Amino acid sequence: MQIIENSTVYDAIIVGSGAGGGMATKVLSEAGLKVAVVEAGPFFDPALPEHQTQLKWPYESPRRGASTRFRPFGDFDAAYGGWDIEGEPYTQKDGSQFEWFRSRMLGGRTNHWGRISLRFGPKDFKHKDIDGHGDNWPISYEDIKPYYDKVDKLIGVFGTNEGLPNDPDGFFLPPPKPRLHELFYIKGARKTNVPVYPARLSMLTKKLNDYRGVCFYCGQCNRACQVYADFSAGTCLIFPAQKNGGQVDLFVNCMVREVTTDAEGKATGVSYINKEDRKEYKLKGKVVVLGASACSSARILLNSKSKQHPNGLGNSSDVVGKYLHDSTGADRAGFIPDLMNRKVSYNEDGVGGMHVYSPWWGDNSKLDFPRGYHIEVWGGMGMPSYGFGFNANEFNKFFGTKVGGYGDVLRSDAKKYYGAVVGMAGRGESIARKENYCEIDPTTVDEFGIPVLRFHYKWSQYEINQAKHMQDTFEEILINMGGEPLGKKPGKETNYGLHNPGNIIHEVGTTRMGDDPKTSVTNKYQQLHDVDNVFIVDAGPFVSQADKNCTWTILALSMRASEYIVDQLKQQNI
Amino acid sequence: MDRRKSLKSIVLGSVAGGLALHGCKPSAETEELVESPKMTYPGRVPLEEELIAELQEEEFLNPHEVATLTILCDLILPGSEQFKAASDADVVGFIEFMAKDNPRYQPDLRGGLMWLDHKCNTEFAKEFKDCTVEQQKSILDTIAFYDPEVPGNERPFEVNFFSLVRNLTMTGFYTTKIGIEEIGYKGNMPNVWDGVPEDVLAQHGVAYEEEWLAKCVDQSKRGVIAEWDENGNLIT
Repeated sequence: MQIIENSTVYDAIIVGSGAGGGMATKVLSEAGLKVAVVEAGPFFDPALPEHQTQLKWPYESPRRGASTRFRPFGDFDAAYGGWDIEGEPYTQKDGSQFEWFRSRMLGGRTNHWGRISLRFGPKDFKHKDIDGHGDNWPISYEDIKPYYDKVDKLIGVFGTNEGLPNDPDGFFLPPPKPRLHELFYIKGARKTNVPVYPARLSMLTKKLNDYRGVCFYCGQCNRACQVYADFSAGTCLIFPAQKNGGQVDLFVNCMVREVTTDAEGKATGVSYINKEDRKEYKLKGKVVVLGASACSSARILLNSKSKQHPNGLGNSSDVVGKYLHDSTGADRAGFIPDLMNRKVSYNEDGVGGMHVYSPWWGDNSKLDFPRGYHIEVWGGMGMPSYGFGFNANEFNKFFGTKVGGYGDVLRSDAKKYYGAVVGMAGRGESIARKENYCEIDPTTVDEFGIPVLRFHYKWSQYEINQAKHMQDTFEEILINMGGEPLGKKPGKETNYGLHNPGNIIHEVGTTRMGDDPKTSVTNKYQQLHDVDNVFIVDAGPFVSQADKNCTWTILALSMRASEYIVDQLKQQNI
Repeated sequence: MDRRKSLKSIVLGSVAGGLALHGCKPSAETEELVESPKMTYPGRVPLEEELIAELQEEEFLNPHEVATLTILCDLILPGSEQFKAASDADVVGFIEFMAKDNPRYQPDLRGGLMWLDHKCNTEFAKEFKDCTVEQQKSILDTIAFYDPEVPGNERPFEVNFFSLVRNLTMTGFYTTKIGIEEIGYKGNMPNVWDGVPEDVLAQHGVAYEEEWLAKCVDQSKRGVIAEWDENGNLIT
């Protein structure tokens, strides 16, 4: 089959349209560069009625919002793709159970995420200096701070300046008031000596510009906002870039296979499969910017083998794919008797996520694990959807009355317990280890003939100890809320409920940055050590994942790398 | 707040930018969205549409099973002067779909309905659907309650069968328009969240702290474009 070559030579080809690729699109196109954005899924815009799932009622789905293979977070979730995409497998090694969530669509996983937008703090860039684990970043908080500031103002995030040592202040929109279950959480957490602050989420509680709407509190950010009041890369970066007159060519349903190179080993562009006609195409560009996600970008590099790059592009160090790490995660929920018999007189949907949270408060020097976690909170009188009314009166057991039955008693029990459950999720930092990695599985290709990733990942005792600490803390907080923790407390046999790696969807680290080309893939500007016209703007260059969510840092670093690209092109260095 | 009206203000207030982006004036399409929110199933990718079409073509329950399940579901959520019945919300249609979408429900549902008929045949020499309500209830009374301390997979089959039908009936009912109305959920429409009402705070014995409220959004200024001083203090 002949490869079809496009004659246009782009200034930059951006692979992926999520947080990293979206930010690169905005910065590069607004600097006057002609860019191509290559996205593996279809076009998506939540302002289009035919794309909207926001404000739909459960009965508009035949499965009432139950999850499917295509939408593991429910039938109305904006993000399609999931853990298990037909025709696009991944494999495991040595009993690993890595879970890889992918969203094939414009905006990628930013259409789904919880919008929890936390800056990394000064310690997060130099943690090796503190506890001897992992590695320091080649940059410090001061290097990235100006970009966090710009991202805050460009995209919008609510929160509060609290002057915390490792959870920096920023330029925040005002937070929403806590809901009833959150007032109970505040009470219970404080009694446990866990501090609570207003959450930091990227939703517009106040007008930011004339282009985007203001949050109307439907609590459905995961369905993607039709007035663009929450952050997703399509609505807040790529569309504005187009609107501002940027030269942006969108290539959707195009799955990048590899970065192409010339005889000198320099990148010349990318080759991709058009999913619609299943033929292979080539795009030419002066610079290639990979923002396909930490694992996908590593896969593209490892699949880009040539005479000049026999071990894969940018992989002379043999570090591509190594140091893969996800956030830790464990959860617990409880029944709060004081939240029974609620008045349903008002709409408490709020924003699509928590209004309060607890950043890490502990002192790791006194604990048996080196890094912290933050606590996310959920609860409330949510919209009924699939699962509502299951075991409707199981809480009768706490009052010694019969569980089950039929007839009108089920109706009164369902109302009695509506909104009386509060849940907590711990999301923490794991240590980046070389032994946790993804690599090319030589035995398996996807339906486009592209070799797939194979994962090798084991949690260490540190992460397990951290999960135990989460469970102890959750239980104490629930009891201090006057609640009854639900289910059996996860113990040693389940690693204290620690989720499989990948499950929290914060995977980072596969193309780590560093000053030494022998031990890192990119320099501190996310430029490959081996090839100066290839950059990585997703979470691959992270040296460590903090006890934060990674998106705000992806955005800030992508903005920084993109400005560097503009500067280097101007200086004709690349 | 009237849903359509408020939706209209949002659309005219802010979506216009988004629509203009795609070169369509906020006219025909926008009006349609405002005046008649379509009861559709949007945003599906082709693979999802194929699956839905396939599932809708399949038939799982036969007419006898539909009749039996209809009676059973209406015993779980009966109709009365005050309340609508499970059948008013087509709960059986929902269960039919879920059984096809999630085939692991199928043996339990089908086997459980057979169990009911067998039990009634043994005790009353009639199938479940032909028994009197008293007879039907006398059977249900033996399977409708469970011991939550016994793990689910150790409970008798017929108890788990009834729990499954009860769960699907509850979800199937309370996710419909009439069910949502009954439970009283007030959301899924544009709103301006400004805190828990006083009477609710009082009922549950909690209160807001002044210090915390002072940090929160002043909803009267939500439409004013945000500006900050150089230290990150909001000044608008």
